[in-house]
Formats: sequence, C-alpha cells, structure tokens
Amino acid sequence: MPLLEMKNIVKEFPGVRALDGVSFTLEAGEFHALVGENGAGKSTLMKVLSGVYPAGQYSGEILIDGKTMEFAGIRDSEKAGVAIIFQELSLVKELTVGENIFLGREPSTLGVINHSELYHRAADLLRGLKLDIDPRVPVGSLGIGRQQLVEIAKALSQDAKILVLDEPTAALTDTEVETLYGILEDLRSRGVGMIYISHKLEEVFRMSDRITVLRDGKTVGTHRAAELTKDAVIAKMVGREVGDIFPASHHEFGETAAAFRNITAYSPDVPGKKLVDDVSFHVRKGEVLGIAGLMGAGRTELLMTIFGSWKGKWSGTIEAGGKQIKLSSPSDAIRHGIGFVTEDRKRFGLMLDHTIIDNMTLAALKRVSGQFLTDRSREAAAASVPMSSLRVKAGSLMTVAGTLSGGNQQKVVLGKWLLTEPKVLFLDEPTRGIDVGAKQEIYAEINKLAQDGLAIVLVSSELPEVLGLSDRVLVLHEGKVAGEFTRTEATPEKLMAAATGHQ
Amino acid sequence: MNAMSENKSSSLNTSNLRAYIMIAVLALIWAYFHWATDSIFLTPRNLSNLMTQMSVTGILAVGMLMVIVSANIDLSVGSVMGLAGGIAAYSLASWEFSVPVAVVIAVMVAMAIGTFQGILTAYMNIPAFIVTLGGLLAWRGAVKWQLGGNTVPIAEDHYKFIGQGNLPMSYGWALAALAIIFVIFMVYRSVRSARSYGLGDVNYTAAALKAIIPIAAIVAFMLVMNSYQGVPIPVLIFVSVALFGAFLTTSTTFGRYLYAIGGNAEAARLSGINNRLNVVKVFALLGALTGIAALIFSARVGAASPDAGVLKELDAIAACVIGGASLMGGRGTIFGACIGALIMASLDNGMSLLNVRDFMQDIIKGSILVAAVGLDMFGRKQG
Repeated sequence: MPLLEMKNIVKEFPGVRALDGVSFTLEAGEFHALVGENGAGKSTLMKVLSGVYPAGQYSGEILIDGKTMEFAGIRDSEKAGVAIIFQELSLVKELTVGENIFLGREPSTLGVINHSELYHRAADLLRGLKLDIDPRVPVGSLGIGRQQLVEIAKALSQDAKILVLDEPTAALTDTEVETLYGILEDLRSRGVGMIYISHKLEEVFRMSDRITVLRDGKTVGTHRAAELTKDAVIAKMVGREVGDIFPASHHEFGETAAAFRNITAYSPDVPGKKLVDDVSFHVRKGEVLGIAGLMGAGRTELLMTIFGSWKGKWSGTIEAGGKQIKLSSPSDAIRHGIGFVTEDRKRFGLMLDHTIIDNMTLAALKRVSGQFLTDRSREAAAASVPMSSLRVKAGSLMTVAGTLSGGNQQKVVLGKWLLTEPKVLFLDEPTRGIDVGAKQEIYAEINKLAQDGLAIVLVSSELPEVLGLSDRVLVLHEGKVAGEFTRTEATPEKLMAAATGHQ
Repeated sequence: MNAMSENKSSSLNTSNLRAYIMIAVLALIWAYFHWATDSIFLTPRNLSNLMTQMSVTGILAVGMLMVIVSANIDLSVGSVMGLAGGIAAYSLASWEFSVPVAVVIAVMVAMAIGTFQGILTAYMNIPAFIVTLGGLLAWRGAVKWQLGGNTVPIAEDHYKFIGQGNLPMSYGWALAALAIIFVIFMVYRSVRSARSYGLGDVNYTAAALKAIIPIAAIVAFMLVMNSYQGVPIPVLIFVSVALFGAFLTTSTTFGRYLYAIGGNAEAARLSGINNRLNVVKVFALLGALTGIAALIFSARVGAASPDAGVLKELDAIAACVIGGASLMGGRGTIFGACIGALIMASLDNGMSLLNVRDFMQDIIKGSILVAAVGLDMFGRKQG
C-alpha cells in the first residue's frame, strides 16, 4: 500500500482547468520528483494535497496509508503528516529560530511558554539534522539559505511522513545544498516520503527514485528515474504541438531600435546576489524578441532594470534610437519611447477601482489630455482608439477596470502603453490567466504591432507562446544568457535544455 | 461613438448617487433641526453663522481630502494651525509687522512645515501617520513655547476683518455674476471639446442642467447671505478654496495623479508618475491651506492661544470620511468632503441651539461618523 495516493484530481479555476485528472503515488522512503513547465499544475497539485484548496473545491480522492483524507485546511494536512516547504518562506523574521519551529505548538503551561524546554527541544532537533544553528537567534539574522533550512527543520519537527519541497535550492549556496541533501538522505532512510519540485534537472536526477511529468494539468507519465534521460524528460515536459492559434506572420526587420549591454541587477534583499548577470541583447524595429526561462531565471528583473524601475543596484548601458540614454525612472524610459506591459496586472498594471479611461490614459496623460489641465473629451477620443482596435469588451470607457474579465483587463493595460506611442514595447507574461480567445486576440495584436514597425520584447513562461510569436529567442538561466536561437533554430527541446542549464 | 455619450451619463449616475444621498441626509438633518428649534435653524442669520463656523474645518477638509486620496494622512494640521495663528499674532504684536506681511509669513510657515513633512514621508519613507503624529506633538509644543503659554490678543481691525468681516452686498452680487459666467464658460468648454473630438451627439439637456443647477445654487446662496449681513469673509474664502480644490482634483493632471497614486502606487510609478514629488506637493498644499485656516480662526477669536486648533485634524479627517473618502486612498471628492464638513457643522450648530450637553454632542458625532462609514461599506458590498 503506498504512503500517499492521489486519484483523478481535478481542480478548476474560472475559465481554466488547472488539474485535469492527475493521479500520483508516493511510497514510504521514496524520493519522487515532480517536473513540468511553469503552469503545468505542480503547485496546484501540492496545494490540493496540503489543504490550501480544501476538500470540495476539487474533485478526486486523496488517500494516506490507505485512508481517504478530506482536508479542510493546512492544519488538517499537517496533522495527517504532510509538510510543505514553499518557495516563499513562511517564517516570522522577528522571532527566534526556536520560536519559529514551535510556532503555534509552543510547550506551555496555562498559556505561559516554557522557553527552556522550547529551546532544548529545538536544539535537539537542529543537532539531529546536523545543522549548526543557534535556536536563540532571530530568524531574520540568518541568511536566506539558512532560513530555508530552519523551515525544513520546522516541517520535520511535526513528524512529517510526507515532505513536499518546492524549489528548495533556489536560494541556497552550494554548501547549503550539500547540507540539504545530507538531511534528505537521512530522512529517506527514516522512511519519509518526499515530493521534490524543481526546474533543475541535475538535482532531479541526483536523488529521485521516480519522476512524474505534468503538462497542461495532466500526468504525462511516471517513470523510474533510472529508465529516463534528461532529454527524455525535456521531451515529455514540452511535448505539445505549437497549435495554430498563432497567426502566420512575416516581420520585416529594420534598424536596431534598442540595445542593452552588460546589464547586471543585484538583489535588493540579499547583498551581492546577482539576479541578472551581464546580459546583453538588442531588438530591431518590427522584430519580436522572445525571452524564455524558468521561474527565477531573472526575466522580469531584466525588464524592470531596463525600464528604469529596478529597486536594487544595477549596472549596464542602454541605447535607444541610436544614442545612449540614462534611465533613472520609468518616466525616463517612457520619454525615450519604451513601454512596459507589466506582469501581474492587478498588482502592477491597473487601478482596479478606477475606470477604463483613467487606467488607459495614465501613462500618457500629459500627451492625450493636457500638460496641466485635463480634458475628458480629448482623453475619451484618444482612449477609444485602443478600446476599439483591441476590442475591449466593456460597457463603456467608464466601466470600472476591476469588473472586467482577465483578458479585457490585459487589453486595457496594453492599450495604456499603446497610448504612449512606444518605439520599443516590453510584454511580461501578456497572456497569463486569460482565456484562449483573448489570448488569440492579443497574439494577433502583437503581430500587427510588429508589422507596423514596433520592436517587441516578449517574456513568457509558456514555451509555445515564445515559439509561436518570436523571431528570435533569448534563453535565461540563473540570470545569465544560456542561449540564443533564431526562429528556425528554436525548438521546444533546445529552449528547455538551455533553460534548465543542460546544454 | 454613441456608446460614449451613454457611458458618460451612466458614470454620472453612479458617482452622483452618493452625492444625492448625502444631500438628502443633510436636508433631513436640517429639516429635523428646523422643526426641533421652532424654526430658528433655517434662518439667514443662523445659516450665515453655520457657514462661518464650518469654514475653518471645510478649508482643512479640502486639503486633507487630497492628502487622503493619495493614500496618506496628516494628523498635524490642528497643531500647525495653532502655530501659524501664533506666528501671525506674534509678528503683529511683537515685531509690529503690517497685516499683509503677517498673513504671508503665517501661510508660508505652514506651507514649509507641510513640505517638510511631505519630504520625510515621500523621500525618507517614514509613514505619513508617524511623521504627522510626531508633528502633532512637536508643533503644539512649538506654539506653546512661542506664546509662552499665554493668549496673545490681536488688535488690528484689518486682520480681524478676515474672520469677522462681511462682503458688501453689491460686491457679493458682482462676484456671483462672475461665478455664473465662469460656470457657463466651463460648460461651454466641455461641450465644445466633446464636439471637436467627434464624440457623437452632445446631450444639450444634460449640459444645460450642468449649468442651471450651480447657477441656481449660487443665486440662492447669495439671496440667503445678503438677507442677513452679506457673505461672511470666512465663507467667501472657504468657497473659493473648495472651488479651487474641486478644480485641481477633477481637471488637472496633478489631481489625476493623486488618485492614481492612491489607487495603485506601484502601477502609478510604473506609468512614469513621480509619486514622491506629487506627495510632497499635496502635503505642501495642505500646509498652505492650514495657514489660511489659521488666519480665519485667529481673526474670528481675535487672539492666538496655545491650544488653538486642538483636535481640528480629526474634524477634517471625519469630514472627508463622512464624504465618502477611503483612507486606503484613491477615492473621495472635494464635494463630498465639503458636505461632510457641513454635516458636522450642522450637528454642532443644531445641537447647540437645542442645548444638548457637550459630552452628548461628542457621543452623537462619534456615533454618526462610524455609522456613516458602516453604511457606506454595507452599500458597497451590496453593489
């Protein structure tokens, strides 16, 4: 009897079927890797397992030790022995290591915490994991890597039978990675089942007993690691036809519209850590340059930097319209004809409580309305152009942006940047979370804009999108350029190999 | 293109619904007090007093509204008002400056303080709540120090005119005529602009109403004020400030940017807006208006005292919130804030006429503040 069995899990979000009948098993003492492209459904599956999506919000069955489980929340799954270490840390930085490990389960009498017992037990636990961390220091005083190890210690203090690790090495140094593997080996011998999510195939092959590949919310297959090669895994991850939702296109390239040289961006949080490492590229008029890469490869950070909106330190030179320019704020970039359709429209793109017209005219207000005085009618005349050319489906320009569907919200953000009349347009995940129909419309618009001579830099986590639209593709891996391919050279396998650091 | 004109009218309806409700609430309050005070409340004399009483809070509320829209807050305006009034009185009495110089100094000092606090908020990343809470204490301390704990009387009649004078009736009508011409011009400008940008059929009935309603309000206001002693100078200043504020928030890029910064600061920044500079500007503006309010307040009392303006910041914030502003930023109107200030002042005035004990007045005003926002939240969830 397997330790964990997930049968036919289906999870739907409005308009999207994120998991479409996924089945997954885990044995005691097994190291089982879960791989797939961004958006393949890995994280969603783990959220179902941990009760983040409680029973009733998905269909299918979860069995642990043969017993059906219905978790109402994370507490329930923890009780059943499931521990998850998410990519984002869930530690309270101001509390000590020991306090974090026992948060919510403090040894106490009548509500008074017994600190000596707490630190004694924490020290035992850390020693058992061969971690040289003082349980009495605040978590915030540790480096990100050691915080991650504390997080793992916390998970194990709850006697987890099933441990889920979501990209656990993203913030670790090489020595810390070795420490982590030491711990995981030890857990394996103690019979803990581990689900390991990673984009780094080296890591996946190093420890795994079995590998399950997900794609588009479905299980492609589960295989013994010994029977697979990296190339075979890559083929299974991408094995999808580039559908005909991409319009046939022919772009005529003109001169270089913008060139970016030796762009390096440092993390604002971790001193000295380079999130973008010496990246150089250029884009020509009428060309769509795709930038591919996996989560954390530095794509958004790169765009933020060359748009003048990076909050950390950075270096490099930027040329637009044939001369070198200095960027210290987004308004500089806009003035030099750079537009940026940001990812996560709700956080970075839209004022959700405001009307379409207010959102659309914001970046170009002084040009489409007035230098000092605004003129509603003039704005309406300007905004109704992208409103109709992008076919935004809304009652009127006065409709509140937050009430629109995702696709229409995205069109409003795109319209906002078209009103600035850019020469170079950055698109960061322009079709995330929108339905296929709206995607097609946005693809058609991207092609039309390129044909009209706009230089486009497209960042997307969806390989088919990058392949279907780009004239040239740049692949980033851990902040560095890991490959550059022309349209004819680019294949899903080549891009995935470069993106996973496996040439 | 036809959709455009529809849109315009439908948006007008939603945003105006709130305004209609608030005017209805105000009318109810007035009707009740008029009945309960045996027809004293709605007399030209009392309305004139009421308007004069609300002008200080109203001016502060106009500036505060803009600060709140940008998702900030200013708790120091009461203390800054005390300090600016103190400086005006002190420079008249001890330095023997002329009235215009004293007026300019007081306003400049208040504006400098606003700018300074804005810089601390925007460029040093200290939350506005903390900066201005510190200001609330520090500037109050400054005014006590400056006045040595004493009340300084103001003798100059020209200065007192700011708080106690009335506009001669003929001047009042002349100003009203100018205002009416301005209203007609603004409506004409928007109609002309709508036509020149080809936005389809212009709704002339709506345009005419847009002109007729304010004109009727101006005439009614002038008739009431002139049947007592003419327009009080504080009311004249308040109305001018309110019109200026309404113009800034609805018709300038600066105003639009304030709403954008409050609505989604990150989106505003990525759209090329200089969030920090605009936040400093709005704090400076509130500072200047606080200086003007200080002139009126000290001139009405005829003295500057160390505790002048205590708790005024809360009145101003309450007026904005009753008027529908969100402390999270991005939402609120000058019109709403002014009606909010008028509702608060009407409650003060009416309850005083009814001899309601002052502790009871505080309890009632506090309850109404919370109830107004509660109803607003409830209504929004339904919508």
